[in-house]
Amino acid sequence: MSLEAVSVRKTFGKHKALDDVSVKIAGGELVALLGPSGGGKTTLLRVLAGLESPDAGVVRIRGEEVTRNGPHARGVGFVFQHYALFREMTVFENVAFGLRVKPRGTRPDEAAIQKRVHELLGLVQLEGLSGRHPDQLSGGQRQRVALARALAVEPKILLLDEPFGALDAKVRKELRSWLRRLHDELHVTTILVTHDQEEAFEIADRVLVIHEGRIHQDGTPEVLLTTPASPFVADFVSESAIVHGTLDDEGAIVLDEASRGSLGASKGARVALKKVHVAGAVPRGATHTSSLD
Amino acid sequence: MAESRDQHARERPHGLGLAVAITSIALLCLLVLAPLAIVLVEGFADGVGTFVEAVTDEATVSALVLTLTVVAIVVPFHTVFGIAAAWLLTRQDFRGKALLGTLIDLPFTVSPVVSGLLFVLLFGARGWLGPWLRDHEIRIVYAVPGVVLATLFVTLPFVVRELVPTMEAIGRDEEEAAASLGAGGWQILWRITLPRVRWALFYGCVLCGARAAGEFGAVSVVSGHVRGETNTLPLHVEILWGEYHTAAAFSVATMLAASGLVTLVLRSFLERRVRASKRAASAAADASAAVALGEDTPMKGALS
Repeated sequence: MSLEAVSVRKTFGKHKALDDVSVKIAGGELVALLGPSGGGKTTLLRVLAGLESPDAGVVRIRGEEVTRNGPHARGVGFVFQHYALFREMTVFENVAFGLRVKPRGTRPDEAAIQKRVHELLGLVQLEGLSGRHPDQLSGGQRQRVALARALAVEPKILLLDEPFGALDAKVRKELRSWLRRLHDELHVTTILVTHDQEEAFEIADRVLVIHEGRIHQDGTPEVLLTTPASPFVADFVSESAIVHGTLDDEGAIVLDEASRGSLGASKGARVALKKVHVAGAVPRGATHTSSLD
Repeated sequence: MAESRDQHARERPHGLGLAVAITSIALLCLLVLAPLAIVLVEGFADGVGTFVEAVTDEATVSALVLTLTVVAIVVPFHTVFGIAAAWLLTRQDFRGKALLGTLIDLPFTVSPVVSGLLFVLLFGARGWLGPWLRDHEIRIVYAVPGVVLATLFVTLPFVVRELVPTMEAIGRDEEEAAASLGAGGWQILWRITLPRVRWALFYGCVLCGARAAGEFGAVSVVSGHVRGETNTLPLHVEILWGEYHTAAAFSVATMLAASGLVTLVLRSFLERRVRASKRAASAAADASAAVALGEDTPMKGALS
């Protein structure tokens, strides 16, 4: 289901968390919001979910305005950074929660709830753990309970806030590819917040780079790497440091003062370059760096 | 930090520490245990017969009934009010929030006698609303409604002040998760928030009930001491004492002392529960924060 935010603004005190942000996400897409922490990506996600109401702007789900609707009325699944599992409830009850709080008319009966919850626990590979409490689970298991809980109400849109942020690197990698497969299977429109560009590029079809409350670039991982729209994007997205300078007649690079910093003159210098895809988009159009793939 | 403090407390006291310990224990005995013992001893001084007679006396029974009635009204009222106020103070942002917090604390800072006088000035025969009440034949001061109102006022902060720190400690995460799963406000309150704060709520109610049963100053001003009608147990004790029924006064006082002891036991039990649930909440927050801090930051190439 499509999702859209138009000219959204949100300030906390004097801090502009979102400064005229517009995004449009088509049904079935998997999009990553990428940026350094404090850049506004979580705020945008919370505005989309209805957990935060914007100071200005409009949110639409499938073309219908939902800006003033609370989170319970949007049909949007949300997975929190620290899972926010119900600690007083078992894994089973956590997953069943969304079904149990449905209005009487649409609430499934107990047998249907049992069936659905066990299906979901199978999907997230937690079959045997339905009787446990959240504090008896590992980080990765909690994460998967949180996902199963959000999926239980069959949301058309799934919002994930740093879903793998609190996990160790190995588990994170596993869950990442698992999430991608899950998305390919269920086709739920999914938006993922992350500050890890590797993660964003690996999972997402499209990446929105957010910094200081504004969207710096919106494009596929390919586009972001080859034609970053701003020095910030180039710096944040690429795995290299960017140096500015000019080529002299003998083919040597002469660094600009800013890039040179405190380095003095010396006979030889070694420059380490890592996996540079960046070509062009060099400010002031002096020269360009070559691709060393 | 809490752990290191506990360890400190468990160290064997010596020198100055020992002196402080002895002094405080002596003071505790003198100020708390001795009077409590005297109440019991004096209550039974003229034999069990006098004790039974005193506590089964018609005036005593009616005072007990009134006290229990007041508690039965005040505690449920403050349970509901306390949840509502704590929710406002911890989950909402609005103009005048600080003022609301201060107003709720007001009964703690105002002398109970003054609180009682406020009601007399408001509802008394010569008070602001006095003439109107007289015309409609409503009696508040020197009647049971006055006693209830004065008690409601002085016990206002107890439940709120227990709930607010606990609700702040547990945060809003689970409530937001429930909302995103389609739960409405009441469902969130019943299924998520109240189970998390139940011990703090119960503790607040116990303190509130104890104060409601024991309140003297405010009630004394508004009740008018009508025996068999507006006399609560503490007032009754004072009347008996004033009429030189010393043994009877102490006998009735044992009932209050007993309720105080029960409160004390409940309190130490509940305090531990509340602290444990608060610690669990902050420990969980710490743990996830610690993991979050350990995560990789995006790799950046560096000039070397």
